[in-house]
Order: sequence, then structure tokens, then C-alpha cells
Amino acid sequence: MSVPAIEIVSLHKRFGRLEVLRGIDLAVAQGEVVCVIGPSGSGKSTLLRCVNRLEEPTSGRILIEGEDICDPDCDLDRVRTRIGMVFQQFNLFPHLDVLGNLTVAQRRVLRRSRADAEAKARRVLERVGLLDKIDEYPARLSGGQQQRVAIARALAMDPDMMLFDEATSALDPELVGEVLAVMRDLAEEGMTMMVVTHEMGFAERVADRVVFMDDGVVVEQGPPARVLRHPTHERTRRFLTLVEER
Amino acid sequence: MVRDGSVGSPAGPTGAPPAGTAPRGRLTRRQHAQLRRLAVYAVTLAFAGYLVVSIDWPELQGAFFDPGIFQEQFPEILTIAARNTLIFTFFAFTGGLAIGLVLALMRLSSIGPYRWFAIVYIEIFRGIPALVTLIAVGYVLPIALGVRIPGEYGPGAVGLSVVAGAYMAETIRAGIEAVPKGQMEAARSLGMGRGLAMATIIIPQAFRIVIPPLTNELVLLVKDTSLLFVLGTTTQTEELTKFARDAAGESFNGTPLIAAACVYLLITIPLTYLARRLERQAGRAR
Repeated sequence: MSVPAIEIVSLHKRFGRLEVLRGIDLAVAQGEVVCVIGPSGSGKSTLLRCVNRLEEPTSGRILIEGEDICDPDCDLDRVRTRIGMVFQQFNLFPHLDVLGNLTVAQRRVLRRSRADAEAKARRVLERVGLLDKIDEYPARLSGGQQQRVAIARALAMDPDMMLFDEATSALDPELVGEVLAVMRDLAEEGMTMMVVTHEMGFAERVADRVVFMDDGVVVEQGPPARVLRHPTHERTRRFLTLVEER
Repeated sequence: MVRDGSVGSPAGPTGAPPAGTAPRGRLTRRQHAQLRRLAVYAVTLAFAGYLVVSIDWPELQGAFFDPGIFQEQFPEILTIAARNTLIFTFFAFTGGLAIGLVLALMRLSSIGPYRWFAIVYIEIFRGIPALVTLIAVGYVLPIALGVRIPGEYGPGAVGLSVVAGAYMAETIRAGIEAVPKGQMEAARSLGMGRGLAMATIIIPQAFRIVIPPLTNELVLLVKDTSLLFVLGTTTQTEELTKFARDAAGESFNGTPLIAAACVYLLITIPLTYLARRLERQAGRAR
């Protein structure tokens, strides 16, 4: 059996006196798509942000392809190039055009030549269906297009895995579909994905495993059909009922 | 705001009361505003009238607006004095920008001593008059440390840079902090180190934000060059104010000062206008 892409071992995170993560153990296998669901404030975004150490864990270990990223000797910047991250607010660089957004890290971090970086940028833009926007500035794109560019920017680094932090939560409802479609394609191509989402339909269709979190702990996890259709825990049932009523 | 009770006489300055007016003896909201505006006009006019009547025009013209002396200032007031003012401003602005950027980054550093140094520097040089700083650079530094800044423009440019840097540091720091936190996170998640992310992602955006306030800083610098007389510039490096004071002293007439004021305005008004335009553009950009 190969080493897991992501392995989280008894992870704790507190902000001051507030304990947001209270002992998380979770592993994501290579090629696996894991959707993390749960009420807001349950700690799922914090968990995701700990995986590439945008958030500093209070205690516990995080292994990326077997490498402990909390180890002081770990070259965090190099590990991060293997982890693509997509944010709720897109966070495109507004002073750079789409091509610039896609090439700046390739050139400055991966030291790719201009020609290589641009060729890569074109390939990933094609993949998200936005090659015609290559010269636009982010402000001129719709929210859905911006998020697809953000996904392309992460893909341009040839990551081994992708993290999605509520990637569709800031979008107008009619733009959610185009972003989810790109994410589904990625999943079908075998990308390892950890997805924090409120889109239960997406989780059910695309995820290999659904993890339900509440109050800083993993309450239950399993195949989407079981967790979403036949949850065993009361808290999961209550959450799913509330989501369905929406 | 309509107050209770009547304001002014019932036979107010306005003609027929507009439709839907208040009862007799009270002013409507609009009448009230009109009355107040009228009062402002009246006071302004009265003050202007007072000036016209009470100023000794021939005396004033003789002392400050002598056409012959005004003409004598040219072309040196432009070719030497204004040129030097602009040269000092350029060096001081460039130097101040460099110092300000370094200080702003130190101020935001996670390393204590950097932060403390930046805070102390900024507080000192914003807190003491620019004139005192100039004297310190020009006279105290050579005596205390034997440091004599070379070049004809050197001491003045360095002195003004030191002061401008303190002000610009705070402006630039505010600009850096105005860049959304997500920008740094996105850059770091792509594997950029902190320094690289600052240089390629954060600072370019911060500079867009601070261009309008920095242009205002530039206008202030143009005027601060007038303090350079304390450093005893030569005739070749004297700036506008020094030039005008000397000329006024020679001719026993204030006209050169007026000429210098005109040249200052010639420089500063376009800059102020530019700053306002940049501010509007920046406001539209987001």
C-alpha cells in the first residue's frame, strides 16, 4: 500500500482560549476525493488550512506524502508547491493579468523558463475553459471565471493534491455549476482532493468519502451514500435535515 | 434642521412663500437655508469691501508688486532657483521613498529590534521640526562623527530624505496593511517565501494604493526645500526661498518673494491636481 497523500495525526488547534480543532485523525489516500462537511464554526476550514500550514497547528502532526511538515527542518515552501489551494475569495492577484497570475509562481518558485511557464499556463487555462481570457485582468472576470482561473493557477504548479476551501461559497448561484464542473473533471482525472464544501450534491456524486465534522472533531465518515443518506449519528442527521430544508 | 420658534423677521427676505409652507412667522426648511447662505455672502462681501477700502494700495504695490523688480528676477528664478528646488525635491523624494520602504518593512517585521528601530526613527523624525533635522545633518553630524556628506546637493538632499522617509514609512505601511490578507496567503500557498511574496505580490499592490498620498508627500517636500537656507547653500545651489530672500534683501523690496510664491504655485498646483486625479482613479479601480 502506498503512503497516504495527507495524514493528519491527533491535530489540535486553538485560537487563544477557543479550541477549534480537538484531536483530528484523518488520512487521504492518493487519488482519493474527500469532502469535509459540517456546520459553520465546526473547524473544517481551519483543518484544511492546517494541511498546508497557513494555520499553525497547536499540536499534532501533519504528513504530506510521508513528510512531516511541522518538522522545523521541513522546507515548507517546497512542500506547498505540491499542494494546490483554492480559496473561497479566489485571491487572484489583481495587479497581474491572467497569464501573469498563472506564471509568476512557476517562474519565481519553480524556476521554469518563460516559454515553459506560458505553455503550461495555456494548457491549464484550456482545461478550465478560459484560454480566451488569458490577457484579461481578474477584475474583468465574473466570480465563476475568477475561481476557475484560481484553480488553473494552482494546477499550473503541477501539484500532487488540491485543497478547496469553500470554493463556491462566494459565488452567485448561477455561477456555482461551472466551478463544480471543473472540480468534478479534476476528480475524474484522478487528482487527490480535499474539499470543504456546502454542496451536498457535489459531495454525493464526486466524493469517495464524506467526513462530517462538528465542534472540532470528526463525528463520522464513510462513503457518501452512507453518510449522507443513512447517517448513524444524531448530529449528522440534524445537520443534513437543516441543509435540506434550505 | 428647522428649529422651533421663528428665526428672523416674519417679513423675511424671500418673496411669496412656496407651496406647502409653514405657518406665518416660521421659516420653512428651504427659506432657512437660503437665509443662511445670504448671510455668508453678506459677510464675505463686507470683508472684501473692508480690504479694498483700508489697504494702502500704492504703498503695497511699491513694496511687493514692483513690475520692474519682478522682471529682474527672470530668468534666474527659473533657471537657477526653481531648478534647484526641483533637484532637491527629486533627490529627497527618491531617498525618502527608499528609506520609507525599508522602514515600513522593518515596522511590519516579526523581528523585535527591527520594529523598535523603525518606531523610534519614525517617531523622532516626525516629532521634531524638519529645520532641526536639517541643522543636525548639516552641522551636528560633521562635528559629532566627522561625517561630512559630500556633494553640493548632498547635505540638503540627505536631510530632507531623512525627514521624508519617516513620513513615507507610515504611508507605505498603511498601504501594505491595506492589501487583503488573502493575497499573502495565496502567494505563500503557491510556495513563495515571505520576501518573494512581498516583492512580487504585496508591494506592487501597496504602491498602487499609496500613490495618491505619496503625491501629496511630494507637494509637502517641494515646500520643505525652503528650509534648506539653514545649510548655507552657494549661489549655484540656492533654491527658490533663499534666492528670493537674497534678492529681497538686495533690492529692499518684497517683490522677489511674491515672484517666488508664484513659481511655487506653478509647481505645486499641477502636482495637487495630479494627486486628486490619481485619487479618483484609485477610487474607481476597486
